[in-house]
Amino acid sequence: MTRVERAAPRRGGKRSGPPEPEFVQLLTPEGERVSHPDYSVDFTDDELRGLYRDLVTVRKLDAEATALQRQGELGIWASLLGQEAAQVGSGRALRKQDMAFPTYREHGVLYCRNIDPIMPLGLFRGVDQGGWDPVAHRFNMYTIVIGAQTLHATGYAMGIVKDGKVGDDDETSEAVIAYFGDGATSQGDVNEAFIFGSVYNAPIVFFCQNNQYAISEPLERQTRIPLYQRASGFGFPGIRVDGNDVLATYAVTRAALDNARHGQGPTLIEAYTYRMGAHTTSDDPTRYRVASEVEAWQAKDPVVRMRKLLEKQGIADEAFFAAVDEQAKVEAVALRERVLSMPDPDPVTMFDHVYPNGSPLIDKQRAEFESYHASFEGSH
Amino acid sequence: METLTLGKSLNLGLRRAMEDDSKVLIMGEDVGKLGGVFRITDGLQKDFGDERVIDTPLAEAGIVGTAIGLALRGYRPVVEIQFDGFVYPAYDQIVCQVAKFHYRSQGKVKLPMVIRIPFGGGIGAVEHHSESPEAYFSHTAGLKVVACSNPSDAYWMIQQAIASDDPIIFFEPKRRYWEKGEVDTAASLSSAYPLHSSRVLRSGADATLLAYGPMVRTCLDAATAAAEDGRNLEVIDLRSLSPLDMAPVFESVRKTGRAVVVHEAPGNIGLGAEVAARISEECFYSLEAPVLRVTGYDIPYPASRVEEEFLPDLDRVLEAVDRSFGF
Repeated sequence: MTRVERAAPRRGGKRSGPPEPEFVQLLTPEGERVSHPDYSVDFTDDELRGLYRDLVTVRKLDAEATALQRQGELGIWASLLGQEAAQVGSGRALRKQDMAFPTYREHGVLYCRNIDPIMPLGLFRGVDQGGWDPVAHRFNMYTIVIGAQTLHATGYAMGIVKDGKVGDDDETSEAVIAYFGDGATSQGDVNEAFIFGSVYNAPIVFFCQNNQYAISEPLERQTRIPLYQRASGFGFPGIRVDGNDVLATYAVTRAALDNARHGQGPTLIEAYTYRMGAHTTSDDPTRYRVASEVEAWQAKDPVVRMRKLLEKQGIADEAFFAAVDEQAKVEAVALRERVLSMPDPDPVTMFDHVYPNGSPLIDKQRAEFESYHASFEGSH
Repeated sequence: METLTLGKSLNLGLRRAMEDDSKVLIMGEDVGKLGGVFRITDGLQKDFGDERVIDTPLAEAGIVGTAIGLALRGYRPVVEIQFDGFVYPAYDQIVCQVAKFHYRSQGKVKLPMVIRIPFGGGIGAVEHHSESPEAYFSHTAGLKVVACSNPSDAYWMIQQAIASDDPIIFFEPKRRYWEKGEVDTAASLSSAYPLHSSRVLRSGADATLLAYGPMVRTCLDAATAAAEDGRNLEVIDLRSLSPLDMAPVFESVRKTGRAVVVHEAPGNIGLGAEVAARISEECFYSLEAPVLRVTGYDIPYPASRVEEEFLPDLDRVLEAVDRSFGF
């Protein structure tokens, strides 16, 4: 995208006091562009419109998936509602050669990696286990176990160092981004990933979407200090960004990724955001949070503020907004149709791919399974 | 032929694997400068550098988890877990991640990793240093599990495990590290005995002893002693714990009609139970007696001053053979 002024990430500035947390912000909830001493980024009008289109589209696709679950077409869905800017901003900040390790909620990052949004729906429909090729897509499979992927990401980043792919050339040097949530910061795996990333100076960005809740448990059950401050104990910079601000998220993530690829090691980014919906479609958030809190966050909506910016700058008109909505709808309808036509797998395929080299035990059970089912053929 | 200890055979096998494939990495606690607490990786960091023989932070989940990432990147990590009882922090990464990546990805991702674990007792150690956790891993689909029992197998099996695209848990009988044997280091890897195969080490017609890892030596000694009493015991080294290679076992039991399974791990829900069940399913009409087990007791590994009473030994094996003949 455009030029980013790099700066060594530092602990939060001193510009704003309570109740707002200290964070990097370039676009206010009212749609005002503001500056930050360490992070600035110039976007072309086209790029701003593109980011808006991304935000609207991933929200629409997400809503469609939620609807599909409600209609019984998906077993479960983990909605990204409210976290669009954190995902689009960081996802667009990745360079082509970078590798991402998602949780199970990074549908927006996946979209920004130009990956077919149908891919994760097989996992949630239950027809497969989300088995895309992580290396080919530069986007690992979704990881359900909380925090486990941060170690995979760190090991992958260690491999980049071994391959001599850390360096000054932004087009060829590689970096890794590991996604996780606020709850995951309590996991041993995540803390071990911080340690390995730090001591091997791995080119990795630890991207924490602090959406304030781990299912029902609020942030105060995970930490007594702001999460980004954890980084200092591990020996690398931590920075908090307004996760509902797509511009700031982009700027901070791009700078951290480039620092990593240049050999400056890890950064922890805490994207301060809010999960507007339930943890998953199986959850009932009214049991653990109050409506006024949700309403307060509604006023900080990531999509609305971007629309306000486009309007204020006069770089988009009603026709543009209508066209974006219409295009998102078309993509959502297409997604729905493809989900509905996803076939159930042939049961015997459950025996496939347990081992690269196969196993006589599984071969035997597969044969027994087939013979057992064949014994019913023709009988009523 | 060279006469080598089991530990040195592993060391030479690792060295040869590193020479053969520049993607092979060794990772673990103290594996570099120190050469591992048992010196299995002795000299490797000096010769291959610290980018390939990596002293890691003291965090087992981290070691295995980052090894997964390195494997995704195209490396072939060989992870050392320092002692059997220290593997549990990595258990989630092994069972949920290592074992399932290939399956979840519908075959698109391979994790050619080896996780080496020195296992078993008999060395007078403090707690957590003498355990036999092989059943935990053998129960998990997606992992292959092997155990070597002698220097020649140690030398070849470690190379075969590293060359395999399957993730493999590699158990080493730590109390046998210093035992010597003949190793034909000039042979080629392709001519080595197949990795996932059990092997008849001593033939006999009267009863079949089945063991792996450290108990193979115990069973061979028991067979020697039994021969003095006129009983010819067949001894099979299972070698591969997952998958089990049962065909030679069935053939043996059909011949002898009697089988005794021996392992250090507690008997309850152990490998011996699976072996016994398979034998009874396949060799029911050949059996002269129930399949018997000689195992560690179903207690935590005891204090080392009494471990000799916990561990199966020659006398307990022969006593079980006697019981088999009593049916």
